[in-house]
Amino acid sequence: MSVPAITIRKLVKRFGETTVLQDIDLEIPEGKVSCLIGPSGSGKSTLLRCLAFLEESTSGMITINGEALGFFEDANGKRERLPAAQIRAVRAKTGMVFQQFNLWPHMTALGNVSEALKIVRKVPKAEAEERAMTQLRKVGLENRAGHYPSQLSGGQQQRVAIARALALEPKIMLFDEPTSALDPELTGEVLNVMRDLAAEGMTMVVVTHEIGFAASVGQQISFLDHGRLLFSGPPAEIFAKPRHPRLEQFLDTYLDRGASMLA
Amino acid sequence: MTLKLFTLLLEAALKTLGISLVSIAIGFVIAMLLSAAIQSGKSIYLLPARLFISFFRGVPLLVQLLLIYTLLPVIGINVPGIVAAIVGLSLCTAAYQAENLRGGFASVPRGLVEAADVAGFNGIQTFLRIRAPIALRLTFPALVNEAIMILKASSLVSVVGIIEITKMAQDLASSTYMPIPIFASAALIYFVINSAIALLGGYAEKSLKGASA
Repeated sequence: MSVPAITIRKLVKRFGETTVLQDIDLEIPEGKVSCLIGPSGSGKSTLLRCLAFLEESTSGMITINGEALGFFEDANGKRERLPAAQIRAVRAKTGMVFQQFNLWPHMTALGNVSEALKIVRKVPKAEAEERAMTQLRKVGLENRAGHYPSQLSGGQQQRVAIARALALEPKIMLFDEPTSALDPELTGEVLNVMRDLAAEGMTMVVVTHEIGFAASVGQQISFLDHGRLLFSGPPAEIFAKPRHPRLEQFLDTYLDRGASMLA
Repeated sequence: MTLKLFTLLLEAALKTLGISLVSIAIGFVIAMLLSAAIQSGKSIYLLPARLFISFFRGVPLLVQLLLIYTLLPVIGINVPGIVAAIVGLSLCTAAYQAENLRGGFASVPRGLVEAADVAGFNGIQTFLRIRAPIALRLTFPALVNEAIMILKASSLVSVVGIIEITKMAQDLASSTYMPIPIFASAALIYFVINSAIALLGGYAEKSLKGASA
């Protein structure tokens, strides 16, 4: 058994008085696609944002490839914030794709993908752009390199965003509802890029409402509800009948959204 | 109204234009520094920046100019009137431009900053490459407006001994007894310059939009 890509131990996240995540324990296997599903407000996006260190957890610990992210917590629960340089180094192992794409509007597709290589990684401009073109080619958008985000469809923007994350050569890709802001006819092109990525063996954590995608591509499905991880396992197990009543209820709302195959 | 008089007015107009443009440019740089201080969220940078903005927005430009012109020699800095004029206009417009930019910075979508954050940008890199360019695009029309305001406000620098358009027109009017054609000419020159600024600003705005909206 190899070291998990991500280990989440007793993770708690509170916003003021509200507990958004309660004692999450989860291991994300390396080279697999792990899907986080659950109703709105279940905490799945917050969990993913904790993995990207966009949210700082209240207690508990996350390790990425065996290295602590942000905080180190010993067995007695004593917590220590790690130095900024170390946080940056661990964060660099992950890439993130957002629901709203979040492409920088003042840069072309090529600019978006090459920017961090130039600014953060200090790669010379020509090489950075060459590497960016390689990533754009991978998502099928090399002929849109000179377009600004406003000149691209939602699906194309999200593919550029995926290329932008891949350009930094992350070990793990985090997807936060990557198709939720897209028209149904545009979700396919994004899911196809994600399928290709999964086939290459990229470790992926995907928060999604695409139950069909989760069932067909996901290798680990985790179901969250009210900030708790209710259960986690391979899709065959999770979706097999009889199901947990809460999951059954949740799936009912998705029957007409691509999950009918699971009914 | 002879050609000679009009030429004198035009020469004074060059002075107005030069002082105003230099002040707007310097003011823009200071405004960006003030924005960086405010955006840092750290009170040791934030509070002085706030104080600066409150002062230069709260005191009339005329008083600022007189204060700078009389204060600098007292503390041992002897400057020509033109330097005092540029300093006064720059500091004043910096405060207004910083206020305009503040709205722009507040409107930069959080997700764009998060995208920079996960890509490993540090605070300064995010400011320079993401937040400032986007804030500038969002507030560009206000910047053009400010340029026009400063060009008109530059008539006040005559109090520190600069003969710009308005002062030249007053002098010529009193020496030639032809106030109406002279002031009308001055008005026309202001109008033409400001129309040109508005036009150029409009073009610049459009080309920025093409690249971002």
